[in-house]
Amino acid sequence: MRALTRHPLLRALFGTPGNAAITLLMLAGFAWALPPLFRWMLGDAVWEAPNRAACQAAGSGACWAFIRARFALFFYGVYPAPERWRVELGLLLLVVIGAGALFARRGRGWWLLVLLTVVPAAGAILLAGGLFGLAPVPTAQWGGLMLNVVISFVALGGAIPLGIALAFGRRSRYPVIRLLSVAMIEFWRGVPLLAVLFMGLILMPLFLPNGVTVDNLVRALVVMTLFTSAYMAETIRGGLQGVPNGQAEAAEALGMHHGQVQLLVILPQALRLSIPGIINIAVDLFKDTTLVSIVGLFDLMGVVTQSMKDPAWLGLAAEGYTFAAIVFFFACLVISLGGSLLERRFGEGSRR
Amino acid sequence: MRGMMDLLRRGAASALAGGVVALLAASVAHAQLAPPPGPTVEAIKKRGVLNCGIDTGVPGFASQDSSGKWKGIDIDYCRALAAAVLGDPDKIKYTSTTAAARFTVLQSGEIDVLIRDSTLTFIRSTSLGLDEVAINFYAGQGFLVRKALGVTKAADLQGATICTVTGATLELNIADFARSTGAKIGTLLFDKAEEAIAAMEAGRCDGYTDDSGSLAGMRSTLKVPGDWMVLPDLISKEPLGLHIRSGDARWQKIVFWLDTALKTAEEFGVTQANADQLKATSKDPFVLRLLGAEGDFGKMLGLDNDWSYRAIKASGNYGEMYDRHWGPKALDLPRGLNNLWNKGGMHYTLPLR
Repeated sequence: MRALTRHPLLRALFGTPGNAAITLLMLAGFAWALPPLFRWMLGDAVWEAPNRAACQAAGSGACWAFIRARFALFFYGVYPAPERWRVELGLLLLVVIGAGALFARRGRGWWLLVLLTVVPAAGAILLAGGLFGLAPVPTAQWGGLMLNVVISFVALGGAIPLGIALAFGRRSRYPVIRLLSVAMIEFWRGVPLLAVLFMGLILMPLFLPNGVTVDNLVRALVVMTLFTSAYMAETIRGGLQGVPNGQAEAAEALGMHHGQVQLLVILPQALRLSIPGIINIAVDLFKDTTLVSIVGLFDLMGVVTQSMKDPAWLGLAAEGYTFAAIVFFFACLVISLGGSLLERRFGEGSRR
Repeated sequence: MRGMMDLLRRGAASALAGGVVALLAASVAHAQLAPPPGPTVEAIKKRGVLNCGIDTGVPGFASQDSSGKWKGIDIDYCRALAAAVLGDPDKIKYTSTTAAARFTVLQSGEIDVLIRDSTLTFIRSTSLGLDEVAINFYAGQGFLVRKALGVTKAADLQGATICTVTGATLELNIADFARSTGAKIGTLLFDKAEEAIAAMEAGRCDGYTDDSGSLAGMRSTLKVPGDWMVLPDLISKEPLGLHIRSGDARWQKIVFWLDTALKTAEEFGVTQANADQLKATSKDPFVLRLLGAEGDFGKMLGLDNDWSYRAIKASGNYGEMYDRHWGPKALDLPRGLNNLWNKGGMHYTLPLR
């Protein structure tokens, strides 16, 4: 026993009688809960069946045949099958340029610029079509995980510049700018996202002249961007405040004018300080994109709940939600890993 | 000086707030006073696409199959309407609407017709400026109960506990029903239908209550569907149908007579399969009028005479649609109120003459 407890991990788990009892209790709990879960998820699961009835007949576990049958719907929505390469190309573009912005040794600024200008433009052309001989695909046909990615990317890409502007605005010397920035930030932070999404969906059409309609997706994008930018502004303001006064004073002593000091000296350092906060917002935002399913857009969550209503697959809520949870977990994991990589990269100069 | 600034600031704030309120009020007033929209059917023809508002997913009415194609009786109605007006049942843009947004989306002109298991009530009709032109499904709140309970009608539920979902009129209807019949019915509330059903199967309650359309679907998801039955009586009225904006008489007539044509087709035995043959050989004047072989009925609606023939070819008659989604091979809900008037149901159509 004494030899056993020498290992720090074992000592932590079994060091005292109390700890040992808690550890054993937890292990018993796992032994009780995990095997049935694994049996349901893997052992007794059915992977191939044409409908729910056949699934139930084939095994008592999870009916993953349901997920397989609707796999394309979960990722592309009803985006026409012959055009799906456009979605894949868009994603590839995003991943490559995103990785470039993360890993590039030189010219990272250029990569970032491309990520924030060329990628959205190219992505919009690719997905919506109508130019360069690409068949137009109305946004009503966009759906599934692709919609979550599009909304997150646009909202984040829009919220960072807007957030920077609002953060500076809130620190401005001019009361009008300060007041407007504060009002904007406080308004968007103070209202529930769901409430604004509903307002965009229900109130806006009443204000517009008859026959003029704004695309449902565009409404959601605008709301998500403004909402995220308010949080972004406060995170970046925190970063701005974290930059020591001496930096600005030193820059001024070198003869830089106010704008140069802010943009070239303060902002880069502030952004570096804000990275953890920004990543936090990004993960939050990605999960919040599921709220658009409540306003009639079919994001992954919307497709999942909708799929449960197919008479051929009724009553498979557990499988649907489990699948959605797994997909979201891994997507958020990717964002988090990218974030910590970014943090390490930008932190290189200051690490001791 | 400081007080002055405060005053200024407060003044600016209240002016801003006042402005926003005025703007909102003006916009709402504008929305309500806007002239009725122009002839819907011309807009549809010009656009080449019918904008059909549907549900976000409810079994039997509108749901996507594995290839993403919409299926359901509401979808069949959209297709029939598109076939009648545009000549092609596929020229439709479906807009999925949530319960909260459905009527606004219709009011704003984003959709031409709302076919979304919705009930028109007095308030909706008068204050929203909408008309329910035709009814394509008579639903109502019903009960799904354990067969072993030995109950044959809702009034026998004395002392039973019923599982249901919160936030709807379901529990209010039960309370009203219990009060009016003097029965004592307990309720157990859940957030989602799936949870309520699971509790019922676990024996925590004797039955489940929901709209009659949903009950059939729910029954099919149970472990042993044969142990459960849907009681024949309904304790509320939910006539679900086709809604349009008020004020476009021509569009209203087209939608109304399309529904009539689909039900008349069932009454006279005209199906998707035999429409061509009957058009050439039938001697029945009703059938000939329906299929456009006699009279100028389509032209009187501003369409061509084959309008209803195309609708029947696209979706089949009402009975075929019902069977496709609710019949024994599908959700298995007895037709009950949704039968034709001469077979004990509610679908009684105006004569096509």
